[in-house]
Amino acid sequence: MDNAIAVAHDTHAEEHHHVALPQHRHHFETEQQQREAGTFGMWLFLLTEIMFFGGLFFAYLLYRNWYNPAFVAASNQLSIPLGTVNTGVLISSGFFMALGVWAAEVRKKGLLVIFLILTTLSGLVFLGVKYFEYKEKWEKHHIPGANFDISEFVNPPINPKTHKPIEQPLAPDMAQKTQVFFSLYFAMTGMHALHMIIGIVLLGWLTWRAQKGEFSSGYVAPIENFGLYWHFVDIVWIFLFPLLYLINRHPGS
Amino acid sequence: MSATSSTIVNLPDQRTATLPKKNYINAEDGMLSWLLTGDHKRIAILYLISITFFFFLGGIFAGLIRLELLTPQPDLVASDTYNKLFSMHGIIMVFLFLVPSVPATIGNFLIPIMIGAKDLAFPKINLLSWYLYMAGGLFTLAALVLGGVDTGWTFTTPLSTHYLNTHVVTAGLGVFIIGFSSIFTGLNFIVTIHRMRAPGMTWFRLPLFVWSNYAASILMVLGTPVLAITLVLVVLERTIHIGVFDPTLGGDPLLFQHLFWFYSHPAVYIMILPGMGVISEVISTFSRKRVFGYSAVAFSSVAIALFGFFVWAHHMFIMGVSNYSALVFSLLTMLVAVPSAIKTFNWAFTMQKGSITFETPMMYAFGFLGLFTIGGMTGVFLGALGMDIHLTETYFIVAHFHFVMVGGMLMAFLAGVHFWWPKMTGRMYPEALSKLAAVTTFIGFNLTFLPQFILGYLGMPRRYHSYPPEFQVLNVLSTAGATVLGIGYMLPLIYLAWSLKYGAIAGNNPWQATGLEWQIQSPPLTENFLETPVIDYEAYDYEWLAHKTEHEVTTVG
Repeated sequence: MDNAIAVAHDTHAEEHHHVALPQHRHHFETEQQQREAGTFGMWLFLLTEIMFFGGLFFAYLLYRNWYNPAFVAASNQLSIPLGTVNTGVLISSGFFMALGVWAAEVRKKGLLVIFLILTTLSGLVFLGVKYFEYKEKWEKHHIPGANFDISEFVNPPINPKTHKPIEQPLAPDMAQKTQVFFSLYFAMTGMHALHMIIGIVLLGWLTWRAQKGEFSSGYVAPIENFGLYWHFVDIVWIFLFPLLYLINRHPGS
Repeated sequence: MSATSSTIVNLPDQRTATLPKKNYINAEDGMLSWLLTGDHKRIAILYLISITFFFFLGGIFAGLIRLELLTPQPDLVASDTYNKLFSMHGIIMVFLFLVPSVPATIGNFLIPIMIGAKDLAFPKINLLSWYLYMAGGLFTLAALVLGGVDTGWTFTTPLSTHYLNTHVVTAGLGVFIIGFSSIFTGLNFIVTIHRMRAPGMTWFRLPLFVWSNYAASILMVLGTPVLAITLVLVVLERTIHIGVFDPTLGGDPLLFQHLFWFYSHPAVYIMILPGMGVISEVISTFSRKRVFGYSAVAFSSVAIALFGFFVWAHHMFIMGVSNYSALVFSLLTMLVAVPSAIKTFNWAFTMQKGSITFETPMMYAFGFLGLFTIGGMTGVFLGALGMDIHLTETYFIVAHFHFVMVGGMLMAFLAGVHFWWPKMTGRMYPEALSKLAAVTTFIGFNLTFLPQFILGYLGMPRRYHSYPPEFQVLNVLSTAGATVLGIGYMLPLIYLAWSLKYGAIAGNNPWQATGLEWQIQSPPLTENFLETPVIDYEAYDYEWLAHKTEHEVTTVG
């Protein structure tokens, strides 16, 4: 009943004849193969994430085209200073993450833990700022739904210096479409924030494992792959920030 | 041993043969060892049991639909209930049976073995994908028990987000979760095929089953996330009334159609491609010939995956898309027929001058060839702009996709289950009974769905539970066929279960096939191979097999 390709051997004696990492999984031939497979898998997962956010970006571009005046007016409701601060915070968290990967690669446990904590903290600051942005929308009734208020877009407040409205007033019909902007704003930034929250939970877990020294003896794959994920989440924001906050805010001016 | 008979089946001497003492089934004991396993073969078995359950559940709904359509009057169920019946039938069959059918069961079991690996690259993610599948299945069942959902399997907006008062959110979340199980299966396959091939197993030595699963995996990984975000938006629109698809909130229902079909058209190829892979293996084995035009068949899988992403709007010709985009999508749709035709012709040429034998898997494969060809050709009718306007939303569509999905995919699935049953369980199924089942299925299938082509052409719309009396004869034929078909599907369930205990011992290679999976014991060891194989022969090399057998006989003798 034996097969010809795999002639019987004492497999246990031959397995792991090189010194193996404790994290080496038996079904991979080499550690190199395991590491490559993990990274490749992570990239593929990020590809699915791109497609996932792609649907939202597609919807945004479509409706921005259709309801341009409403999107411009609604976009002006977002705070550029807060958005910029958050972009800075997120870029530094990416920087700390990259340093964390470096620290794992040079096997410095203490540094790795510090950088992971710094990454987590910047992530939390980002979410905190986001909370205040959402809160402001809540107070101004700019959350889509039954309580959505379009009055600010139909009758924009008057600038005390020039005595002119600070915005081009919108017809009620178009002003209704600001709701589409805010729907997409909350769907996109909410989905991004959800990815941040998942990332922060994972960071806590990784920090705990790093503290135990799991990643300070040459096994860095989880840190590396999480780094890829974290940078991806940053990059999504790098696209969201200009699309939602920056582009074409004052077409008439 | 095989010189005189018209069969290639080569079983060990039943008086002395036993199952291998150590194999993946008895490697560990207890329920937990199955529920926490990382072994791709055990996960495949878990999947096989679960999808069988959902297949028969979906089948019950199909039976009720056909029973209602026996008479022109709405007499068995109310119209609301009928809407729920066909919706649940569609959701369960598409997402819980067809999408995972071949990849998650046969593919899961065989891909690592076929490429000479010990397991898939990420065993834990593989197990997670099964749990996600079950969680999604439970959500779907919950939607069913709570009162059902009646959007159709397409979750069409604004019907699903604005007008209906059924359990759209529960079912939508179910499908969302199942989607991730599909993504993880695809991701695992792609990484495994890229990174885990044994020495000497080059891309062009891969069995075509691996190629077609690879192509389907690309679709799963790229298409499913788009469905996921679409369903998230549907759920958000229903629950907190964000306006994305609902026109009263400023949204656009056509956007939903674009996003939905961007996944759901490629999903058709997710369903059919792995089945095509099964057919390549079966036809080669029972014709004793290398698959004709190996690389053409391999690349046509990838071509189908690629083109599959650029034809989605042919589901939307009557929905008010622009004439120019309809024209382009119609042309692109014709283009997909080319790689499918390449496959069909190559299978035919594989059989030409081959030593064909009529084992059960081959009977199913014959069924596949004929039915898939009809299903595919009628797809070209529907891709043609003028014809589509007349035929869409009629029973012609229903017949078309059932020819591809049931006639094509289910035949391929059953061909695969029978073909690899000896490898999975170590035992043979009963030959005569299984041939009877194959023939019953084929007859029942044609009786069910051929009349529906005519019904559709005459203008009977889909998704209604009553119809003008002149359509009754054809509907009675169809319902009678469904009964025969149901029997055809019950038979394998019974005799395959029987064979687990009483089937003949199969031995390593009952079909004398060349694949790597047939060179190891059946059922295989947990780690598949005693030693990493080194591959020095092309796929489907029957001469290599003959030499190897000869060598074994001389060394043993």
